[in-house]
Amino acid sequence: MLGTGILQGLIVTAKNFVGSFHDPARYTTLEYPEVKPALPEAYRNFPFLVCDNATDPMGTLRCVACQICEKECPPQCIYIEKSRDKKPDATGKLQIYPAVFAIDTSVCMSCQICVEVCPFDAIKMDQVFEIATTDRYAALLLDRGQLTKPNAYFHTIHPTEAAEVDARLTADRQAAEEKARAAALAKAKAPAAPVAKREQTPESAP
Amino acid sequence: MIAAALTTDSFLERLPVLARDTVTGLLPVSWRWLAGSLLEIIAILASFGLLFAYLTLAERKILGRIQNRPGPNRTGWFGLLQPFADGVKALTKEDVVPAGADRVLHFLAPVVLVAVSLLGFAVLPFGRHLVAVELDTAVLYFFAAGTATELAVFMAGWASHNKYSLLAAMRALAQLISYELPLLLSVVPVVLVAGTLSTTKIVAAQGGWSLGFIPHWHVFTPWGAAGFVLFMVAALAESNRSPFDLPEAESELIAGHLTEYSGFKYALFFMAEYFGMCALSGMAVTLFLGGWGAPSALLEWIPSYAWFTAKLLVLLLGFIWIRATLPRLRLDQLMKFAWKFLVPLTLLNLANAAGWSLTAGWTGPLQLVRWAVALSLVAVPFVVLGRTLSAGSAPRTYRFA
Repeated sequence: MLGTGILQGLIVTAKNFVGSFHDPARYTTLEYPEVKPALPEAYRNFPFLVCDNATDPMGTLRCVACQICEKECPPQCIYIEKSRDKKPDATGKLQIYPAVFAIDTSVCMSCQICVEVCPFDAIKMDQVFEIATTDRYAALLLDRGQLTKPNAYFHTIHPTEAAEVDARLTADRQAAEEKARAAALAKAKAPAAPVAKREQTPESAP
Repeated sequence: MIAAALTTDSFLERLPVLARDTVTGLLPVSWRWLAGSLLEIIAILASFGLLFAYLTLAERKILGRIQNRPGPNRTGWFGLLQPFADGVKALTKEDVVPAGADRVLHFLAPVVLVAVSLLGFAVLPFGRHLVAVELDTAVLYFFAAGTATELAVFMAGWASHNKYSLLAAMRALAQLISYELPLLLSVVPVVLVAGTLSTTKIVAAQGGWSLGFIPHWHVFTPWGAAGFVLFMVAALAESNRSPFDLPEAESELIAGHLTEYSGFKYALFFMAEYFGMCALSGMAVTLFLGGWGAPSALLEWIPSYAWFTAKLLVLLLGFIWIRATLPRLRLDQLMKFAWKFLVPLTLLNLANAAGWSLTAGWTGPLQLVRWAVALSLVAVPFVVLGRTLSAGSAPRTYRFA
């Protein structure tokens, strides 16, 4: 009969009205500044630099200033200057480090390509979205100090990815150590005939 | 007459009249009439202005809850200061007048609209002693004044020099004139049965109770119930409310005749829309819901204006509920609905009411016959007309959805 559809509609809206007061499944709004949203783990916006030790962030940067991310960045928002000297990295090995590492977040398009190409797991995606500033230029250009965050923080925002990265880095380090140990052992076992061997290494090839 | 009634009423019932008389009593006798009228105007402006402010907030809150969100809740406690924040915002915004607009008409349209939509409040009896102007032809005056809003809407559309505004103004005229007919025709039965055009006498005709708890309101008769529904549907269209908000259809016409209005002029249009809604709801209360009358003799100690306000608020909440539920009609559906459905039903309802008043003397088993005939005269045409008009149009199949 004419009008029954309207009555059904009125019942639906009335149910919504009442339900929004007592049914949390219906009422999905968060009172934002007071209640923070639970972000999904895969959420990302801007990149940050990972350091291994929170007490000495600049000394334990994973970045070795290889500049791959700078070259790959589609909107070219990354600017890197290599250091002239070398410092020991987290593993104690002497490495070049970024004397200047800056990201212009007004240009960054959050594509994650820098993260994909980084061979050192030194740059990862952050989840901080409250980035409004009163200054349009300088405050949006983040420098090395602002970009660096400890590995522990990476574990809190992307636990799965961080665990996987840590496992891979430890495995790599162990493999490298074992290789070095094996090389040292081999060196100790066969001190003779070093000349013939050295000729076969690629460095000495013409 | 009023003085005699005053002595028997409770203090709360007399309070507004006493307050007015105390203030005007301070003035010389020749000024009292003017001061009293001014006070009544101020009271109506203040109370309905405040009602308008909180109606916008209530509408936003209720729409929000129906859509499962909280609605405005930041300005003041639970958003209670939101209307005032909106008012300050509207006042401080830039008032843009288009280069091609007719400046005088563009300015006049919102002013005329608000002025005209306020006129109707003069004849509404808000309480036993609360009616600003007691006219013998109050119902006629009310609808004559209300019709002038169409002129203001067309002024706004024409003066804006904008194609959306003009299209909206045309739509508004077509819609308002079409729905004026069922609106007036649904009122005629009340006038016929009550035998008067005076709003106070129509309310008085609905006084009294059967068995002490069934009020003699018109809505409790078959023709009255049908007339009430028809009146409310036509009132929805007259006040440009959803689902009849075609003149300001956002998805088709930007904002219709409001497209070229900004700042406080825009706010005035909104104010006029809500005033119109309040006035028509007040008229519906007066004509069908017993005006300021209490629903039961036991509840008469509550002052009459409280009953009027309560009934008015219920109708206004109904307006909001309907807005939250129904999507907008198409223009041809709107016209078809008015001319093929509402007008025949109102005419039949008029005949029904005439039969009802002719058979007022019937008693005993004849009373049952009277009710059965009147009820079937309401239900049968509704079902038959509904079936014929919606034949072939339902259920709809969406080929490209």
